[in-house]
Amino acid sequence: MTAMNQPKTTNEFAQKDARQTPREALDHWYLEPDAALRARVSNLKFWYGNGTQAIDDVSFPLVEKKVTALIGPSGCGKSTLLRCFNRMHDLYHGVKYSGSIELFPENENLIDLDPNVVRMRVGMVFQKPNPFPKSIYENVVAGLRIRGISKRSQLDEIAETSLTQAAIWDEVKDRLHQPALSLSGGQQQRLCIARALAVQPEILLLDEPTSALDPIATAKVEDLINDLDGKVTVLIVTHNMQQAARISHYAAYMYLGKLVEYNETSEMFTRPMCQRTEDYITGRFG
Amino acid sequence: MGVFRGPHLLPFCVVKLTHLVSGFMSDKQAGQGANDRLHISPHFLRRREITNEVARYVLMAAAAVSVFVTIGIVYILLSESLVFFETVSVWEFVSTTSWTPLFAEPTFGIWPLLSGTLVVSGIALAVAVPAGLVLAVYLSEFAPANVRETIKPILELLEGVPTVVYGFFALLLVTPLLQIIFPQLPGFNMLAPGLVIGIMILPYITSLSEDAMRAVPNGMREGAYALGYSKYHTAVRVVVPAAISGITAACILAMSRAVGETMVVAIAAGQMPNFTFNPMEGAATITTFIVQVTLGDARHGSIAYQSIFAAGLVLFLLTLLFNLIGFFLRRRFRQAY
Repeated sequence: MTAMNQPKTTNEFAQKDARQTPREALDHWYLEPDAALRARVSNLKFWYGNGTQAIDDVSFPLVEKKVTALIGPSGCGKSTLLRCFNRMHDLYHGVKYSGSIELFPENENLIDLDPNVVRMRVGMVFQKPNPFPKSIYENVVAGLRIRGISKRSQLDEIAETSLTQAAIWDEVKDRLHQPALSLSGGQQQRLCIARALAVQPEILLLDEPTSALDPIATAKVEDLINDLDGKVTVLIVTHNMQQAARISHYAAYMYLGKLVEYNETSEMFTRPMCQRTEDYITGRFG
Repeated sequence: MGVFRGPHLLPFCVVKLTHLVSGFMSDKQAGQGANDRLHISPHFLRRREITNEVARYVLMAAAAVSVFVTIGIVYILLSESLVFFETVSVWEFVSTTSWTPLFAEPTFGIWPLLSGTLVVSGIALAVAVPAGLVLAVYLSEFAPANVRETIKPILELLEGVPTVVYGFFALLLVTPLLQIIFPQLPGFNMLAPGLVIGIMILPYITSLSEDAMRAVPNGMREGAYALGYSKYHTAVRVVVPAAISGITAACILAMSRAVGETMVVAIAAGQMPNFTFNPMEGAATITTFIVQVTLGDARHGSIAYQSIFAAGLVLFLLTLLFNLIGFFLRRRFRQAY
């Protein structure tokens, strides 16, 4: 990190950008040798109902069982991109996709599937905690019930596993049947993560999951995301550069609907390939 | 003329008063303020305080009026009922099953009127609550915006139809139609007015429930969809439970409307007190009896005349009971999101 704070001449910047263009970097992708692909976004474009194009020709891989962070300034399309993964946009009128989000190993294009089927496979946690007005227990098993699982022992078991995985089991195990809305904001968010984990999603989408939380709750959520590394494929949108550095394995930097750079997080944060990425990461811009 | 002058002069006086006070203050402060960066003049603060005080008392008076009117109504009901209960014992009132106050040998048992009221409003709610809720779920969760914008005004139009029109609708259209299905149905019955009151209170339930459902934050719906809920499951398992407090309030309001409804029943159910829970028979309700007596059948001060206050008291207690139940249900299910 210290290297970034040293003064640099414009010449050095130019050299650096010439060394590796983003397009070449994408082709290379710098994946670790043992990385397996969970999904691949290819030439994805997306238009809202009013005709605004929010995603412009984005391609990047999603590595299995690793945390990938989407970073970029407000309005750059990172949340929009995230919501393409579970077809959340289809709830609203007149949206249009082009390109593909291929799921592996099935080689299915997520854009061509039924949105309800996609949402059964891809879980999501939102910026603002949104537990249902039910008990804590019923919140965790809500996704299971909708999938036709009603055996009490099975529900109990999955509820405990997911709550443990979401690092909230100890706090709620004695009050599972109290309303979820009686929990604090941070607990509600971890409950929402448990709810999403309970159905064993192929991909877990996190849309700025800590932006509505205080620092202590944020730390707990970050810890649990760190624990998910190696277990669940996570795609997280975050505004917080330090957070991206702390919890993600791979990072994609977006600007104005385009993908500027995709790389391993440690690489991107120490040796960014593009000037714009460096400006953003170091806080000179955005 | 004199009556109108007072209220007209009141705001004028208040304005005058503030002017006086502010004039006095501004003279006193005239020399100051020029060298201050941002000087808030004391007379501005004083004026603000007076406006505040005046607004407080005006609003308090407005609130007090509604409280006094309620107290007044309860007082009249109670005091006039007491006169009635001096002649007819409370026990006779609640244990007799015939109501014939205008007969030569009058009987005063509230049950025939109460049964009529309960049967008619029971039918109305049985129609309006399911239909209203289904419609509300459709409008709030399924209908495209343009459909919603068409249906809502039509529903509101339904709210504006005078009840006497509904009464004749029940008597001249619904009863004959029902007689096709049930040939033995008499011309005056409780079924037709019950159904028609159901239609009449449906817009209340729909409109208020729809408002409650639309107030459910969108994030909760998205959370449900993100878990793989279908549209139907989102509506039934997430949105309706989240809006249940508002839906309960809507149903209670509709129930009060149904219990208090007079015209439809007076026209279409006959006005013969009849102790029965069979909707195929005609009957009188508490409200129709009151209207019958006030139309001039009973002499002022007679026991028949006094009986309408006792009947009114029962009606009052009935709606109070429903409102209390609604209050506790709302508190039990209240959701903060």
